[in-house]
Amino acid sequence: MAKIEMTVNGRSVSGDVEDRTLLVHFLRENLNLTGTHVGCDTSQCGACVVHVDGKAVKSCTMLAAQASGSTVMTIEGLSAGGELHPVQAAFKEHHGLQCGFCTPGMIMAATDMINRYGGKLDEATVRAELDGNICRCTGYHNIVKAILAAAAEMSGSAKVAAE
Amino acid sequence: MGIEGIGARVARKEDKRFITGKGRYTDDMVVAGMKHAAFVRSPHAHAAIKGINTDAAAKMPGVIAVLTGDELAADGIGSLICGWMIHSKDGSPMNMGDWRPLAQTKVRYVGDAVAIVVAETKNQARDAAEAVEVDYEQLPAVTEAVAALKDGAPQIHDNAPGNLIYDWEIGDGAAADEAISNAAHVTRVEILNNRLVPNAMEPRATLGQYDEAEDHYTCWTTSQNPHVARLVMSAFYSVAPENKLRVIAPDVGGGFGSKIYIYPEEIVCLWASKKTGVPVKWVADRTESFLTDAHGRDHVTTVEMAFDADNRMTGLKVDTIANLGAYMSLFSSAVPTYLYATLLSGQYTIPAIHCNVRTVYTNTAPVDAYRGAGRPEATYLLERTVETAARELGVSPAELRRKNFIREFPYQTPVIMNYDAGDYEASLNAAMKTADYAGFPARKAEAEKRGKKRGIGMSCYIEACGIAPSQAVGSLGAGVGLWESAEVRVNAVGTVEVLTGSHSHGQGHETTFAQLVADRFGVPLDSVSIVHGDTDKVQMGMGTYGSRSGAVGMSAIVKALDKVEKKAKMIAAHLLEADETDIVIENGQVKVAGTDKALGWHEVALNAYTAHNLPAGMEPGLKEGAFYDPSNFTFPAGCYICEVEVDPDTGKTEIVQFVAADDFGNIINPMIVEGQVHGGIGQGIGQALLEGTSYDPETGQLLTASYMDYTMPRADDVPSYKVSHTVTPCPSNPLGIKGCGEAGAIGSPPAVINAITDAIGNNNLTMPATPQKVWKAMHG
Repeated sequence: MAKIEMTVNGRSVSGDVEDRTLLVHFLRENLNLTGTHVGCDTSQCGACVVHVDGKAVKSCTMLAAQASGSTVMTIEGLSAGGELHPVQAAFKEHHGLQCGFCTPGMIMAATDMINRYGGKLDEATVRAELDGNICRCTGYHNIVKAILAAAAEMSGSAKVAAE
Repeated sequence: MGIEGIGARVARKEDKRFITGKGRYTDDMVVAGMKHAAFVRSPHAHAAIKGINTDAAAKMPGVIAVLTGDELAADGIGSLICGWMIHSKDGSPMNMGDWRPLAQTKVRYVGDAVAIVVAETKNQARDAAEAVEVDYEQLPAVTEAVAALKDGAPQIHDNAPGNLIYDWEIGDGAAADEAISNAAHVTRVEILNNRLVPNAMEPRATLGQYDEAEDHYTCWTTSQNPHVARLVMSAFYSVAPENKLRVIAPDVGGGFGSKIYIYPEEIVCLWASKKTGVPVKWVADRTESFLTDAHGRDHVTTVEMAFDADNRMTGLKVDTIANLGAYMSLFSSAVPTYLYATLLSGQYTIPAIHCNVRTVYTNTAPVDAYRGAGRPEATYLLERTVETAARELGVSPAELRRKNFIREFPYQTPVIMNYDAGDYEASLNAAMKTADYAGFPARKAEAEKRGKKRGIGMSCYIEACGIAPSQAVGSLGAGVGLWESAEVRVNAVGTVEVLTGSHSHGQGHETTFAQLVADRFGVPLDSVSIVHGDTDKVQMGMGTYGSRSGAVGMSAIVKALDKVEKKAKMIAAHLLEADETDIVIENGQVKVAGTDKALGWHEVALNAYTAHNLPAGMEPGLKEGAFYDPSNFTFPAGCYICEVEVDPDTGKTEIVQFVAADDFGNIINPMIVEGQVHGGIGQGIGQALLEGTSYDPETGQLLTASYMDYTMPRADDVPSYKVSHTVTPCPSNPLGIKGCGEAGAIGSPPAVINAITDAIGNNNLTMPATPQKVWKAMHG
């Protein structure tokens, strides 16, 4: 068993977990943060993406114990004070989700992507960067559109490039 | 239409919970005392079970129970069934093999469930499942349908000699033969339609809870049709009577057909909950999903299409062998018959059509409906054949299609379907315009300079939705009626709840269905709630598949709205001392037409419930229900054009343009409809380029059982799509809508393959068209 503690969505948390416990299972089962999803067993689908110390991480690739001492943000922590994050708002406005299962991972990956590129994104870059996130519903069209729109808004551009 | 009514591009009401991580999927459910299950599954494709020893597993840490098929049978739990009877052409019924929820004497595919372990934690259950000792005597396995039909092939079910499930036909064989022998030209094509794994992103899951005090069961499950699940588990599997079984399908993370069926796990977890006295949850991991979710497609087909000297189609003959896997899944028998061969006229006038279908058992996962279900297979063979014919005849693929289009409606095909409306030329023209079809030669020449082979391909599809007229499908063997139900409850303050038997797992029903109400009564969308997915709340329903929720589900809502409107008008007429026929409802006001006499919608609702002043004899309340049974299928159709560039050095295909022009009839929410088309095209491109399910033919092991091996389409595999609509309203339902959920997956694969074969100048190419296959087709 491992004793762990970390900051999740601004709150200090701790727990005793089996050594083999993955971060995603600690979030879901110990903290009841069920917005982070498990869609595969091979770190391919990206439904479990969260931010660890400010970087996008597939939370199924990391032991909970490895994240001890870190600052973690999940989808539940993204909309501070009840206000939707621009990426969340863009996914809604541009119909970037259908069943919603991949959506939290997509939004967390997209937020990290926009931060890394300082909002300077084009369609090809967005598509390449989304390589680690699988969606089966949308054919990606509106996800790409939503991310470009959010990037434009977050970087202060007036008009969305994608159509 | 109003800003929130029919035709409005309204953002989805349900989105907030999904984008904030507050969706509630089955794996998110936690109930007091809940324990976790793991299934012991066969590692062999075909083996006799000589014994099962659970002693060691039962002693593992945290284990509560290890239960086997013998105990399940002793408690009277029944075998799984296929709900659609097909008779062979000799009149004999299909050979349905026994499918025990937990195998007792034999396993028939890798993943077949043998036992369940219930433990304190998921990991403990999995560890203990590894410790269950099953004594298997391995048997030879067969995975391919053609091989399974050969003499000497391993016999999978005793009651299906030669592994044949049925040998079925439709149409006039003699007439088709005559057309072929009299033809000026016959195009012959062999078609493989590759096996696909549906891969909803949410793996299947279930939570079974037995309440001893009430002798009542609750099943949370990843289902597209919770009422069908309850009906089948009650009537056929003897889990519990319907009044003692509540099925809840909460948020469901995609289905695409794979969550229509009732699988062994729901049945076994409910039973295990009673057996152990604790709620039992099971969640598939992705490899379990690959192994045990119903797969799709897997047809081997030969096609002969006859033309006269004027290039008019005169006959079509199709012979198909369809792989149904190790067991007959719930609707598996209908997919390669009535959902497939009845669409073989396509958009064309073909006087004589005949199709023969043999379905076959193999040692593979069961095969059933996957997005499109039979219609993609029909469209693929037709549109590949027409394209091939155009090349052989040396005519334009567009003009050959145009020449043979059906132009007068209704049109009775030789294969049952009666097309009610359509304008195929309109969608062809729209797609060709958007694609700048005329400009293709210049683009091809330009690509040539860059060393790329550029090709263009089209596909003119038709499909049948609105499944289905109950009497008609009953006469064809369906075990259920395929109507839909709805209830509209107006509350005393005028807010509205709509209860529907349709189930939303990504389709946006909570928005689209509410738009109907907003449109009818002028109430804000926020005042309308859609209730679905719970057998305790909604009395009965047939669920969501076959693109039926719009044409059938919403038609039921319209019928209920009609009744509510009538009663509301009667109340208003009484209160306003006017004639009922003079009452109109506009913008939330119930008015006497042409006057300033009006009541607010909420005032009418309140009066219905105070009942202080209602017309004589009227019951209080404002709540109406309706069942809608369609009178015909609906027939969405359209034209898809794909343009590709192939790298001759690597064989890699890039889709540089994809155009869709669909006729879905009238559209309630264009944003959602476009999203459905995008998703369908994404899956169709996946089938055409990437997705191939591979079993080792000797051992029957699934070689593509994870995302490391099975190539899912990713964002950089697909382009942005150019989607547009033409409209011929559907005449058979009140909204004039046809259905849009599957078209993208139906129409796109042949367009992609037609484009690649055009680019490389070799028509001999099978799906998925991987770089290796394309390179070989180019370089021999």
